[in-house]
Amino acid sequence: MNLDAKVPPGPLADKWDGHRAAINLVAPTNKRKFSVIVVGTGLAGASAAATLAELGYHVKAYTYHDSARRAHSIAAQGGINAAKNYRGDGDSTYRLFYDTVKGGDYRSREANVYRLAQVSTEIIDQCVAQGVPFAREYGGLLDNRSFGGVQVSRTFYARGQTGQQLLLGAYQALSRQVGLGNVELHTRSEMLDVVQVDGRAVGIVTRDLVTGEIESHSAHAVVLATGGYANVYFLSTMARKSNVTAIWRAHRKGAAFANPSFTQIHPTCIPASDDFQSKLTLMSESLRNDGRIWVPQEPGDRRAAGDIPESERDYYLERIYPAFGNLVPRDVASRAAERMMEENRGVGPLQNGVFLDFADSIKRLGEDTIRQRYGNLFEMYERITDENPYEVPMRIYPAPHYTMGGLWVDYNLMTTTPGLYAIGEANFSDHGANRLGASALMQGLADGYFVLPYTIGDYLAGWLGSDAVTTDHPAFAQAETDVKERTNELLSIGGTRSVDWFHRELGKIMIEQCGMARSRQGLEKALSEIPALHEEFRTDVRVLGDDESLNFSLEKAGRVADYFELAELMCRDALDREESSGGHFRVEHQTPEGEALRNDEDWAMVSAWEWQGRGTPQKRHTEKLVFENIELKQRSYK
Amino acid sequence: MNLKLRIWRQQNSGSNGELVEYRVSDISPEMSFLEMLDTLNEQLNAAGTEPIAFDHDCREGICGMCGVMINGQPHGPQLGTATCQLHMRKFSDGDTIVIEPWRARAFGVIKDLIVDRSPFDTIVEAGGFITVPTGSAPDANLIPVPRDAAESAMDAAACIGCGACVAACPNSAAQLFTAAKVAHLGLLPQGQPERYSRVEAMVDTMEEFFGSCTNHGECEKACPKSISIDFIAQLNRDYLKAKMLNSKLAGQR
Repeated sequence: MNLDAKVPPGPLADKWDGHRAAINLVAPTNKRKFSVIVVGTGLAGASAAATLAELGYHVKAYTYHDSARRAHSIAAQGGINAAKNYRGDGDSTYRLFYDTVKGGDYRSREANVYRLAQVSTEIIDQCVAQGVPFAREYGGLLDNRSFGGVQVSRTFYARGQTGQQLLLGAYQALSRQVGLGNVELHTRSEMLDVVQVDGRAVGIVTRDLVTGEIESHSAHAVVLATGGYANVYFLSTMARKSNVTAIWRAHRKGAAFANPSFTQIHPTCIPASDDFQSKLTLMSESLRNDGRIWVPQEPGDRRAAGDIPESERDYYLERIYPAFGNLVPRDVASRAAERMMEENRGVGPLQNGVFLDFADSIKRLGEDTIRQRYGNLFEMYERITDENPYEVPMRIYPAPHYTMGGLWVDYNLMTTTPGLYAIGEANFSDHGANRLGASALMQGLADGYFVLPYTIGDYLAGWLGSDAVTTDHPAFAQAETDVKERTNELLSIGGTRSVDWFHRELGKIMIEQCGMARSRQGLEKALSEIPALHEEFRTDVRVLGDDESLNFSLEKAGRVADYFELAELMCRDALDREESSGGHFRVEHQTPEGEALRNDEDWAMVSAWEWQGRGTPQKRHTEKLVFENIELKQRSYK
Repeated sequence: MNLKLRIWRQQNSGSNGELVEYRVSDISPEMSFLEMLDTLNEQLNAAGTEPIAFDHDCREGICGMCGVMINGQPHGPQLGTATCQLHMRKFSDGDTIVIEPWRARAFGVIKDLIVDRSPFDTIVEAGGFITVPTGSAPDANLIPVPRDAAESAMDAAACIGCGACVAACPNSAAQLFTAAKVAHLGLLPQGQPERYSRVEAMVDTMEEFFGSCTNHGECEKACPKSISIDFIAQLNRDYLKAKMLNSKLAGQR
């Protein structure tokens, strides 16, 4: 396998412009001759589908939801970064690029990140013009706030619902194209396989989730915008249906999967309250602007927050990281919280949290200002915990939230399979080993609005004059048969335990051994436990109902089956990578102060895994990461 | 907590449904309403009965997937709260809870508690957008928006498209949903060029599917985002204006 990243030549700042000038274009009148499949309608998928349709391509879009507006991008709260420098506080394209590469612990590709920083400003322009109601100053201009890991205010926001508003903007643009007949939108339709002819992607096979019908769809190119896979941990902040299946099926057909063990555990989530917990809820990182994180100084202190005097509190982030304080990057904040748990200084009924306290900010700014900034988050917190955060500190704890790993893509966002693209969280390229806050929305929209619509033309131009492979090609029939067999297999096991039971068990293994801290011993243990649990799943899962009507157990069983294989790959990748970087913390590799210790000599590279067939471990390929514009340093937020 | 549940079961859109009684025990008050249904589904699965189908996804009250009638109230008894954010501490031991899908002609039942809300998308497709092809936008700060206008637009834009407003309305009207989108875009300077064509197209499409608003106000109370019916007044004003003016000339007035 050849991992050619196709990074354009020339100085960093000129690469994207030079590339756009050099690649092939498809003439406006020829665009309608090409069809493109876009799977997923979140920020990346909806923005790509809308833009491709505006350009004149014939677009087919797919979502397993009932509407394109439901994708999990909608739950992003805090904001979106852009190097506008509207505050005049020293921001620039270079600084956003620098912060992102450093925040990612130097495991991302320079050229991709620089391009991301460049187009970030266009995203804000686009979204404002669409009517996204960003927060404003009294003079009518845009407001900003600050996020973790940076020393400027570059985050644009719409209350605590930024993801919702950006998604609705993209959804509206997409709806316009659906109304105009330029996009054929398939709802409640789940992609279950990629179809390839002569090694290139020519279509997909889907299952209509209402009728159970297996259907083939062909196009000149296929774009996967299907999000991340943090639900492998069972308890995460992801929506319940978010899954790995689309990119996993592509991986099984040959697309390399990069850095699967790079997952983000977000520091500010509401701790689990009981064993029935079905998902975890995020409290936006923006809260760390005005909230102070602390635990009792004494281990085992079970007093209520109000009974612990100031002198017996440990504001540990401010103490350990005076320069960034409560706004250190997510991986650093999460691990610090975990250390507090290990020291038996956790708070709350299950001692599984740390305090996030607003008392000082309320004193300084008044309750009204805090309500204006975070009102909806405070309400959400109160609904879930029955505690009023204006009066008692919030309790928070880290939870799986985002996956930096994903399908390997080149500078054009094409996977190792020609004609198959991955955008948004589904690819690996921009966040390295740790994503900074408010950068996921930026990347999803950058890929969908401003990168893919250009780069895909370079591939399509080569196929001018050729019709798309039609769905009567035998490759489609074969893929349909495979999908049907998998479905029938799941329905015919007739075991004794539910899909959720298996998912929960798998999640426990993963969070323990491949979560915030990983060790050789733990990962080896996981690698023996996961296949055993998978085998049990194959013989003992119970999926009721049939395949001819809506059947959530069946949908979920297929997704969990893929998690088992993914979990193994994640552990193998984590075991293989003998260093700590960002969210990947190997206990064997740490500084005396307990911070992540990178090994740039051996591991300044991407691990891209190639499928070798069921039962055989994937083969690792590497893309060396070259840093010409940034000096690699031990990350310090002190 | 021990509870008696009466839940609507319906195999598919073509079949007849009925309320079926179930019992659940040892429900923790910390559970969300949907986690209570998860628990029931685990029980049903163990007993060999097909689990109850209900829509849900983010479980944070923002995606708009979930939503059922709980004792005749859309999203249940807690004001401004979606079903997934409702917790069992709002119920008492021994309660009987009746759970049904949204009831509206425009929202056909697909299975059990799941309905088809696609007419909402059709309304948006008709005009619920600002036409701005990617790449054509001016610098963001060239369009100042008065803070109050932005805040008011955000109040309307908070709609999650769950359909509770329709389910609550005795006429199954979708005025609150449509008004929220019309107001969100119509309150902003960016939305002015299409303001009157938008409202006309959206309202006319809405009326193909839904009943008419007669100001009961049930929708506002049912809305998990507490969206105000004042937006319906704005919708009516703009719609009337659009019909009276020649909307093609609206930009000149």
